[in-house]
Order: sequence, then C-alpha cells, then structure tokens
Amino acid sequence: MPAPVVSVAGLRFDWGGTPCLDIAAFELAQNEQVFLYGPSGSGKSTLLNLLAGVLVPRAGELVVLGAALPRLAGAARDRFRADHLGLIFQQFNLIPYLSVLDNVLLPCHFSARRRERAGDAKQTAARLLVHLDLDPALWTRRADALSVGQQQRVAAARALIGAPELIVADEPTSALDADRQDAFLDLLTRECAASGAALVFVSHDRRLAARFARTLALPDINRAGVAP
Amino acid sequence: MMPPLVRLAALSAWNRRAALSLTVLAVALSVMMLLGVERLREQVRDGFEQSVSGADLIVGARGSPLQLMLYSVFRIGEATHNVQWSSVEALTAHPAVAWTIPVSLGDSHRGYPVLATNHAYFAHFRHGDRRPLALAGGRAFDGVFEAVLGAEVADALDYRLGDRIALAHGSGESGLADHADKPFTVTGILARTGTPVDNTVHISLAAMEAIHLDWQGGAPIPGMQIPAEYVQKFDLEPKTVTAVIVGLESRAAVFSVQRWINNFHAEPLMAVLPGVALAQLWQMIGHGEKALLAISALVVGVGLAGLVAVVLAGLDQRRRELAILRAVGARPRDILALLTLEGLGLTVIGALLGLVLLTVLSLVAAPLVQARFGLSLTTGLPSAHELYLLAGVIITGFIASLLPGWRAYRVSLADGLTPKT
Repeated sequence: MPAPVVSVAGLRFDWGGTPCLDIAAFELAQNEQVFLYGPSGSGKSTLLNLLAGVLVPRAGELVVLGAALPRLAGAARDRFRADHLGLIFQQFNLIPYLSVLDNVLLPCHFSARRRERAGDAKQTAARLLVHLDLDPALWTRRADALSVGQQQRVAAARALIGAPELIVADEPTSALDADRQDAFLDLLTRECAASGAALVFVSHDRRLAARFARTLALPDINRAGVAP
Repeated sequence: MMPPLVRLAALSAWNRRAALSLTVLAVALSVMMLLGVERLREQVRDGFEQSVSGADLIVGARGSPLQLMLYSVFRIGEATHNVQWSSVEALTAHPAVAWTIPVSLGDSHRGYPVLATNHAYFAHFRHGDRRPLALAGGRAFDGVFEAVLGAEVADALDYRLGDRIALAHGSGESGLADHADKPFTVTGILARTGTPVDNTVHISLAAMEAIHLDWQGGAPIPGMQIPAEYVQKFDLEPKTVTAVIVGLESRAAVFSVQRWINNFHAEPLMAVLPGVALAQLWQMIGHGEKALLAISALVVGVGLAGLVAVVLAGLDQRRRELAILRAVGARPRDILALLTLEGLGLTVIGALLGLVLLTVLSLVAAPLVQARFGLSLTTGLPSAHELYLLAGVIITGFIASLLPGWRAYRVSLADGLTPKT
C-alpha cells in the first residue's frame, strides 16, 4: 500500500494557551478526495495553516508526503509548500494587478520543481484554463476584472499548475451561487483526479458532502472542540 | 526578462501609482534641490577659477586682497583705491614680468560694467583652460571711441558691429547715459567665455581718460564741455588705473615679485595671488555652503520619510496580497525583499527624476544666470561628487525601505495564509 499523502497523529495546537486543535489520527491516501466539514470556529483555518506548513503544531506527528513538517526549518517548509501544495481560498485568491495568466504562473516563480513539472509553463497554464472553461479572451485581463466565479477557476488552475500532490481548498465555493458551486466542484474534482492530486475540501456547507466519497466532520476528530 | 520579484514589485507599485507618484515627486524635488545646491557651488568655484586662469598676480592699491580680486576680476563689490600710471610702467619694466594688463573700472553701460584696458588684454588675458580671448566678429578697439563687447552684452542688448552706444558714469543705476555726448562705436564682439568677460564692455584706457576730461571728482565740471572731436588735443595717457593683472616670465619668481610689489617705494601697493585669494574666499563662504548642503540633505530626508510612510500606510491594504504570495510559496524573506525593492525602486526613480528636473531647470535658467551672475550653468553629465550624493540618497532610501520590508515580513509571518483583516 502506497504511503499516505497526509498522516496526522496526536496533533495538538493552541492559540496563546487556549487549545484549538487536538486530532488523534487522520490520514489521506494518494488520489483521495475528502470533504472536511467544519462550522466556523472549529479550527479549519488553523488546520489549513498547519497542513501548509505556515503554523507548526505544539505536539504530535504531521507528515505530508513523507516529510515531517514540524521538524523542517521555516524556509524548508516554505519550499515544501511551494513544491507540493496547491491552495485555494474562499475568495480574493488572486493578485489583483496581475493578469489571469500571470496569476496562474505564480507558483512556477517560487518553485523550481513545479516549473519543471509544468514543462512549457505557459502552455500548461493555457491547457488548465481551457479545461476550467475560461475564455482565452480573459487570459490577459487583470485578475480583478473577472467575476468571482471566474476568479475561483483561475485560482484552481493556479493550484493545479506543476501538478502538486496535495490540493487544499478552503471554502472555495462559498462566494458562488448554487449552479456555479456545482459546476466548479465538477471541474475541481475532475482536474484533481486527472493530475493525480489528493484533495482536502474544507467547507461549512454539508450539502456539498454528497459529492465526495469520503466525508469527515472536524468536530468529530478534533478533541479540543473550540477555537478562537 | 526581469526577475520575478522585481517585476512583481514594479507591477504592484504601478497598481498604486496615484498615491506613489506624489511621494516620488517629493523625492525628486528634494534631490533636485540637493544636486542644484551642489552644482551651483561647484560652478561658482569653477567660474571663479576659470576667470583668472592665466594671471600670476593681481596688483592694486593696498587694502583687502579679496576686495581687489572680486572687484577687478569679477566686478563684484566696492571699488578699491587706484594705482598710479607710473607704478604700472615700473611694474611692466621689471625683468621678471612678462606682461601686464592694466584695467580701469567704474563706468557702465545699461548695467554692464565698462572695463578700460589696452591691447595686452586681448593678447595675454586667459580664461578657462588657459584659452586666449577670441573675437566672434570685428576687431579690437583702435580709435578712442571704439568698444569691444562681451558676448552676453551683445546678445542681451542685441548689438551688432557698427552700433553706437553711450556709457554711464558709475554703476549706471540712475539709468542716465552721463557720457552720452561721447558715444562709442562697436568694433568687435568677443566669443563667449563663460566668465565675467562676457558681461563686460571693453574700451581703451585713452577712451576712459577722454570721457572724463570734463569731469572732476566723479561729477561733470559745471560750464565745461569738451566735444568728442577735440579730445585728441589733450593728453590721453591714463593717470591712474584700478588694478594690473600681471604675468611672469617664470612662476618661480612669483613670491619675489610679490615681495617687491608689496614693498614698492613710490606708493603702497599690494600683489595678490589669485589662487590664495580664492582659497580665502572659499574658506569664508564654506560654512554657508555646508549649511545649505545640510538643509538640502534634510529636505531629502523628509522626502524619503514621506515615501516610507506611504509604503507603510499601503501595507495594511496589501495583507491579502502578501498572504496569497505566501500561499504560492513566497518565503517571508521574499516579502521583505518585495517591499524593500519597492522603496528602493521608488527612491531610484525619484533620484533620477530629480536629476532630469535639474537638467531641465538648468537649461531654462541658464540664460538668466549667465546674464545676472556671469555664471555658465553646465547641463552635461553629473559630476563625480553629484554621483556620490545620488548614491548616498539611494543608499539612504534603501535603508529606509527596510522598515516597511521588515514590517511586511513580520505581518506575513503573523498572518500566515489568513490575514486578520
């Protein structure tokens, strides 16, 4: 059995002494897509920052793609994130003054690995944008000239470029209406499957859980229960 | 292609160009002032030194060396006492003396000083890089009522060869042409020199004598008027001159000749080494120059502080932007570099813009400064010292920009991927 993409054991984190996360165990397999449900304040953002190597747990194991993140130095965690992670936020995902294409290419500037894996980066970006149903006429526009739905698709293309092994999406559909939510979810899950990336999809909207094979409620696995 | 961070910093700054352009303009104006003060200082010095490049000694009546120098060479300040013509003759006859240029000052033409001299002036006077005077047109004066104009006089008053001009007594502030009864014909116009020569009307010593035949003690003698046609009947050899510019056979003799003149038996005289007098002048005004430079440096400091304040103020609105960059793999030190690059880039643009503004201003103001002060403003490449000042401004800007850089570094560490805004 191949090694899991994410492996968490006894993970604890607190904000200024107040316990926020306490997860006994959690694993994510390769190519797996998991829906992580969590109401606001359940520690979603903290978990996201931990998975991305921006925060470091106070105790416990956090292994991503075989690397024990807490044991890496800050710069190494930054490089790890650039090389292996694609992140999509709720909204305001893009650098407003860059073009759509430049936004998609950003990870290739900070990661040599993703630049290599992308091959001809511009062509790869173009292919992703086409797959995500973005009109080529928009590619040279400033990112802030796009609708929210279009922006989220650009953010997905940016997360996917250079084929990172793990995509973490934090409420990426909450700013979209129901129709567009479905369309976006289809595109995202399809593209993750196509590129072989595992997906952690975080949301407070249980309705979306139906589309995932595996669903996990953060309050169920988080023994700390409360977060600031 | 630009490195990604530089390109990112440039695009980000361009995105906020409205707010940033004003602060860049403030830096540019302050740099213009700093370089302007420095350039003026250098050019005043150059101008003075270029005006007497061939002279070994300036001889005048005993008094203040600086006053003699300023009045006789630069036409600045108060008139000095005169030197007897017999002393000039004795000086010229001294074996170590190669040439003498007697000069007599006091009259003017429409605000421009009149200098009476002889042909030695055209033969021996040197300016700039020991260049002799050259005529742009016409010839030197021969007859009594003939004048040779400096380039600026001819340009500003639009005089041509053959024009007739009237001289005024004294500095001519009254606007009256007191010597209107004896007009002069322009026979020559000198090529431009960038020295006070350009602002001077040159006549012969005999002419100076002639226009004052019917004058005594600085005023016309009542009831006496000698028409121009009759002046030749009088002895027009000068009785006194204002100063004598002296060139020696060998520079080695300069101190012995100076001593001989300072101990001159017939009248109290003084010989001044131009370089020494100028050094005295620079020492006198050195403190003022330094104060002016310090004030300009402070103004640049204020400009840079404003720039840093604007970059810092914009930081709060950019926390989202920084978090996105962190998410795609930017390290905190990339964020530090991004903000520092922005400040540095703005400083460089401000400094270069200041240089351009100064060049434009120099071009615009050059004719005025030339006319009023006899100074030629150069507009060429910046001097070594100006480059040092520019480098100093840019390094200061860089160090100041570390502040927003450091702040952004801290903010992006604290915010992580989820800014608290």
